[in-house]
Amino acid sequence: MKTDVLIIGGGLMGFSVALQLAMRGVASLVVDKDSAGRHASGVNAGGLRQLNRNPAEIPISVAAAKMWHDIKSLVNSDCDAHFPGQIRVAENDADMQTLQIRAKLVRDLGFQHEEIIGAEELYRLAPTLVAHCKGALICRNDGYARPFHALDAFRRKACSLGVQYLPYTRIDAIEHDKKGWRLSLAKGEFRAPVLVNCAGAWAGRIAAALDEQVPLKPSAPMLMISERLPRFIDPVFGAASRKLSFKQMQNGTLLIGGAHMAELDFEQQKTSINWAKLAVSARTVLALFPQLENVRIVRSWAGIEAFMPDNLPVISRSKYSDAFHAFGFSAHGFQLSPVVGKIISQLILDDHTEFDIKPFSIERF
Amino acid sequence: MKSHYSLVVIGAGPAGLSAAVVAAQHGLDVVLLDDQKAPGGQIYRAMESIPAERAKLLGAEYLRGRQLVSALRESNVDYFADCQVWSLNNKLEIGLTQNNKALMLTADRVLLANGALERPVPFPGWTLPGVMNAGAAQILFKSHGIIPEDGVVLAGSGPLLLLLAWQYQHAGVNIKSILDLTPMHNHLRALPHLPRALLAGHYLSKGMAYKKDLKMAGISTLHNVSNLQANGKNLLESVSFQHKGRTETLETELLLIHFGVIPHSQLSQAAGCNHQWDNSQQCWKPQVDKWGNSSIDGIPIAGDSAGIGGARTAEHAGRLAAIQVLFQLNKISQLERKKLAHNDRKWMREERHIRPFLEAFFHIPGKLLREPDDHTIVCRCEEVTAGDIRQAVADGHQDSNQVKFLTRCGMGPCQGRQCAEAVSHIVAAANKDNYPRAIYRGRPPVTPLTLGQLATLYPEEQE
Repeated sequence: MKTDVLIIGGGLMGFSVALQLAMRGVASLVVDKDSAGRHASGVNAGGLRQLNRNPAEIPISVAAAKMWHDIKSLVNSDCDAHFPGQIRVAENDADMQTLQIRAKLVRDLGFQHEEIIGAEELYRLAPTLVAHCKGALICRNDGYARPFHALDAFRRKACSLGVQYLPYTRIDAIEHDKKGWRLSLAKGEFRAPVLVNCAGAWAGRIAAALDEQVPLKPSAPMLMISERLPRFIDPVFGAASRKLSFKQMQNGTLLIGGAHMAELDFEQQKTSINWAKLAVSARTVLALFPQLENVRIVRSWAGIEAFMPDNLPVISRSKYSDAFHAFGFSAHGFQLSPVVGKIISQLILDDHTEFDIKPFSIERF
Repeated sequence: MKSHYSLVVIGAGPAGLSAAVVAAQHGLDVVLLDDQKAPGGQIYRAMESIPAERAKLLGAEYLRGRQLVSALRESNVDYFADCQVWSLNNKLEIGLTQNNKALMLTADRVLLANGALERPVPFPGWTLPGVMNAGAAQILFKSHGIIPEDGVVLAGSGPLLLLLAWQYQHAGVNIKSILDLTPMHNHLRALPHLPRALLAGHYLSKGMAYKKDLKMAGISTLHNVSNLQANGKNLLESVSFQHKGRTETLETELLLIHFGVIPHSQLSQAAGCNHQWDNSQQCWKPQVDKWGNSSIDGIPIAGDSAGIGGARTAEHAGRLAAIQVLFQLNKISQLERKKLAHNDRKWMREERHIRPFLEAFFHIPGKLLREPDDHTIVCRCEEVTAGDIRQAVADGHQDSNQVKFLTRCGMGPCQGRQCAEAVSHIVAAANKDNYPRAIYRGRPPVTPLTLGQLATLYPEEQE
């Protein structure tokens, strides 16, 4: 069977690329070894964060934020997105200084989305925060969405525009010749002039099949969620010198992340909670919000994600001019997903993109 | 409690009690963890505290538990009541709370003997206050002598329904009616298994005796009932159903339901043991060999949590698993293992005579499990209906986990304990599969744990 573009990986990136291509009349096939969004795409924390991005990522993150604020026009669903802001709290003067340096750096790059707030506004936003904090860095139009709902919306919109989708399908072979790419699948052979690698934690294997070695490390950041609580905080909350990200979802549950990794059996695709690290996460939360001591944790999990050594993604043309990569988002790709679709579709159809993607080149390794 | 034991046994019902005792008798250091206040499990609940009169009402089978519980008391097993095990992994690390304190334990072997739970079968109105599981009502009776004062309707299919009716009748409860939802064609389904079942005839004669007593007492039993529905605005007011082609309604403030029991598999799932669908028992159960070994080294499973076999079978299966642990840990020789296991093996062989008959006879109709109407709530915690689940499948979500992500069903405080099986049936039916392909992936903690409790673990671990 033939199509225009073969996309490996039925996560957010894969469907975002497929959707952008479909909107420009280009057919594609998305193939995934599991169900859509089975790993990182479906089970991440759903953060829509421009705050504290690596400077290289700021332009694409700001562009992505614009797309999220109007996400319904793109995927016919609001993806349950809310924009109460994200903050990074300073617990002492040294933290405050770090945040001020950061704010200046962002301003100097010509962006206005990050600003410093003082203690008074901080305690207005987070009245139950432990008393000693000095202030915070805030991005007021940041927020969060529900990842599986977003994934589902991207998939359904893409498929409604004719994108073919094959879940639970393993790839037996990837071959390249003058006519382009050939994927051997259980359901037959698929050909297309263009190939896109959006295979997440498994993208290193696809890159290797294209003879490109990347230092990708699969890892599984843990999240935990509480029972429903009366509303006590709106913005997504992080700290300048602690590993923490938490938010109170619309239904009142508290979603806690801290970039602590589960134990991972990559071959078996199985994760196992590391209670010692999760305990650290709990201590961090309680150090900032001691009144949460008796809140019950009902569930914890970890999604398998691709990490790069410099924590920057690969958004890049391959060494083959007709193959492209978008992976390695290192646990902060959710927010970037709409713009990544746009960038890859531009590279495929226009031969260039409006964004500076040099920092994300696969050749940097 | 020590931080390491040779053998950790989880569950103090017949399987756990017999296993812990035999292991300790042969010199293993054993800890028995149980989430109830006293040993005995569901079947021998309140064994040590029950007044003699109430114990008599429960029947001779119940009293058998006395030996098991006193054997525990005479042993040097470390026994801890009121323990909630919230995590088990394949490295045999156990997370538990005891007296509100969180602890981690390690072990050379972990025997899961955590029993069964009542099969959730959603039907219209099943979430109304006034509708309860028969097993829960039996707990109230055993522990506290609480019985319905204003009459009760019993409905469903399975031996426990009959047993509870018999116990209630002896305790003087006004049983308005027993609605037997076992379809008539189950008699045909079970018939081929009858000759073999007669080899374990005591089960059958016991059942017949209960039925005869109930009939003598003038209690109405309606057979071949269907379309059960609980009615009421905020509380249960009446029950309606189809019987002999007519729709009938009974006024009642209490309806006790029972559709058999299924293995409690949350811990074995959490540990990552392989599970398979059992078409005869209509449930997921862990893969185990004849000694109870699961697919994970060091985690044997015995009793109803390895597949429903009842109390007596659990007792023998528990012993067999413990004997195998003793052998694996070089406490006994192969010859001693053979000798010790002789009686238990014999029982297990006999037990196999009756199960196929019982399972065929009490086979829950597919319509009940797979086709609750669209408005029926399936997930009580998040109020997700059967219609929501079917819609998710129609939108391309082929397995229970995806349906869960999308609808939140199974994401509430009970973490799917109540709805996991029911959802897997509805998803299978919507996919036109004959039986479920998958069940929710477990996400620990198995029972809730507070942030404060979690924060006390591994105090040396740094950010």
